[in-house]
Amino acid sequence: MNGNAHLLLVMATMALATFATRATPFLLLGRRADHPLLAFLGRYTPPAIMTILVIYSFGSVEFASPPHGAPELLASLLTLIAHLLWRQALVSIFAGTAFYMYALQSGLF
Amino acid sequence: MFGYVPLGMAFGILFQDLGYSWYYATLMGVFVFAGAAQFMAIGLLAAQAGLLEVLISTLALNSRHIFFGLSLLGRYRGSGLQMFYLVFGLTDETYSLITTTPAPDPARQRDYYLAITALNQSYWVAGCTLGALLGSVTRFDTQGMDFALTALFLVLLIEQWRKVGEPLPFLLAAACGLFSLHFFAQQMLLVAITLSVTLLLVSYRRRQPTSA
Repeated sequence: MNGNAHLLLVMATMALATFATRATPFLLLGRRADHPLLAFLGRYTPPAIMTILVIYSFGSVEFASPPHGAPELLASLLTLIAHLLWRQALVSIFAGTAFYMYALQSGLF
Repeated sequence: MFGYVPLGMAFGILFQDLGYSWYYATLMGVFVFAGAAQFMAIGLLAAQAGLLEVLISTLALNSRHIFFGLSLLGRYRGSGLQMFYLVFGLTDETYSLITTTPAPDPARQRDYYLAITALNQSYWVAGCTLGALLGSVTRFDTQGMDFALTALFLVLLIEQWRKVGEPLPFLLAAACGLFSLHFFAQQMLLVAITLSVTLLLVSYRRRQPTSA
């Protein structure tokens, strides 16, 4: 398939899927906003999803062979420490990513 | 809010690396406007993923937005074009700004939310465009830059931990995530999210044995 046509289809699909997830509660639940089940889900689902997303992003790491995921684990640790220290999302993301890029590109591992 | 410029730039640079013209990065910022999903799309595009996989991955990744909306039902009311734009632009960043900073003038809440959403999107679109332009004029090694998405997820996870402070949802999701990764590598996101929401519903029923 033509590369740009495929890209436009991917973008259209993503735009629709993204809007669908953002609009669903407003379309379906407008009048039932105070149900305790919704409050429960609103509280406990985001932490569950974030946990799954972190595991998902580690899915392609090869822990069985050298360097056993060391660059990923160290970069994550650095992100974590930076965030606990300063709580500036951007600083934390930058610190982890810069370290990871350096680790891969310099052949540190 | 300014954080959107460098994150957008990282996206633009990586996106341009795939060989597309810079203005597609702009278009994506305008019409999709989803940070994490756009980063994920880079991986999917590089792997020539089919549209169904793109659809399922985006739905799974952005399913967290459903719960943003749930907690804003009281604030985002009404209909029309303004409401459409508010819902369209309900990103992680917009949500956290709206829920942590009160509107300066309560009588003009809607205008305040609109301004935040529009400013956020302008920064994001500017970042995507700048990054893609930068990537097309200079060549540098982007290897490892995709870690920005992992780092973003980690930061959001820490924020959730601070907010919720109960281990249950994290442990439950970690178990579901590792299980799904092992047995359903391709559809990991969808299986893990479905499984953990189901288990959360079960634990809700147990807490409230009297309610129907």
